[in-house]
Amino acid sequence: MARHHITTTINGDEVEFACEPGQTLLEVLRTELGMTGTKNGCGSGDCGACTVIVNDRPINACLVLGVELEGAQVETIEGMAEGTELHPLQQKFLDHAALQCGICTPGILNMAKAFLAKNPDPTESEVRYGLAGNLCRCTGYDKIVRAVLDAAQEMRAPI
Amino acid sequence: MADLKYESPTTTEAAVALLAAGGGMARVFAGGTDLLVQMHEEMIEPTLLVDIKNIEEMRKITFETDYVRIGAAVTGAELGENDKLVAMWPGVVEAVELIGSYQVQGRATIAGNLCNASPAADSVPAMIAAGARVCIAGPTGKLEIPVEQMLVSPGKTSLVQGEFVTSILLPNRSSNAGDAYLRFIPRTEMDIAVVGVGVSIELNADGVCSSARLSLGAVSATAQLVEAASGILVGNKLDDTVLDALASAASEACSPIDDKRGTIEFRTKVAGVLACRATKIAWQRAEKN
Repeated sequence: MARHHITTTINGDEVEFACEPGQTLLEVLRTELGMTGTKNGCGSGDCGACTVIVNDRPINACLVLGVELEGAQVETIEGMAEGTELHPLQQKFLDHAALQCGICTPGILNMAKAFLAKNPDPTESEVRYGLAGNLCRCTGYDKIVRAVLDAAQEMRAPI
Repeated sequence: MADLKYESPTTTEAAVALLAAGGGMARVFAGGTDLLVQMHEEMIEPTLLVDIKNIEEMRKITFETDYVRIGAAVTGAELGENDKLVAMWPGVVEAVELIGSYQVQGRATIAGNLCNASPAADSVPAMIAAGARVCIAGPTGKLEIPVEQMLVSPGKTSLVQGEFVTSILLPNRSSNAGDAYLRFIPRTEMDIAVVGVGVSIELNADGVCSSARLSLGAVSATAQLVEAASGILVGNKLDDTVLDALASAASEACSPIDDKRGTIEFRTKVAGVLACRATKIAWQRAEKN
């Protein structure tokens, strides 16, 4: 089977990889590139655990093929912190203890980041709808929503 | 997925040739939100994916003399970001935006929602109400048919081997026109319609209905145009007598399945209720325009 040679940008760095036609972005990230921060939940676009940002849009990495990514800009959880400085969303998730097992967290952080970029001053209800495509089986939604609202406030008016 | 190949042609003609050569084992790949799930679950095992996203015309929303053309690879998110389209066909756009999460919206297409041929597809009743037409390319040339003509049975469309949808056409609107889509789901988000209703209304200068189309989804094997609704609405203003007749007509058009998400009785009743609510919204929008 022909493997496709793809050049793409991940978290600002040019990355080259080879993939099979049916390999999803999720498989490419985790298997070919060893970037295991992106989590595999349902594999069918229902749970949002594999949410990454491609060309400024949040998408489920399990529903994108690696071969589509020639020239794309991909943002994953590995690129969210600036060195050792956490992104405000990451810091607020810690402050609010907005995670239990943590499997859903990278996807929720990416979705929240993309959501706040479009809607920097959301209501609680808007945050809940914004994160409707991300399931947390530990059912920690309230803390997650509070953390996102708190982060939004800080990102609007940095201290 | 032993022998899967991937091609991304840049012209419609090349896509047609690839699909024809691929025989029944080739699949069109746009958003992939149904296709990749079906492959993941081994419901289908195609040998060729023809990605249409690199064909320029498939990515565009164009406002032409008589209609808006939505390319087959335009995503739900792109529809929602097009202010002119949202102003013209708010009901169609709101139906599309109910499909899946934000993540799915960034990939899923209205053409794909049609081609997946689910009886509960949200955008399909809205498109039927809008009088939308489908542009199809295939080995024997191009054709253009009403949306409802493409629906055959659950999961099955009228497309034959080698044919694929290239764009959806929504007619241009007169002033005093409005549309709406409502669905019932047991959750508040991320669910499949138990009943879906699309309505499109045009009013004359006196505020009397001059044309109307109402379509139901999830209450029969395919989404359907409720022919009787037009006769009930046209020539009238919206009052309780008209709404009662409309509710009865919508309920009578139902032949739903009975399942854990909604009984026959429930779906039939709710179809009437939602038909009235959606018509009121479409009417208000028509009065505002």
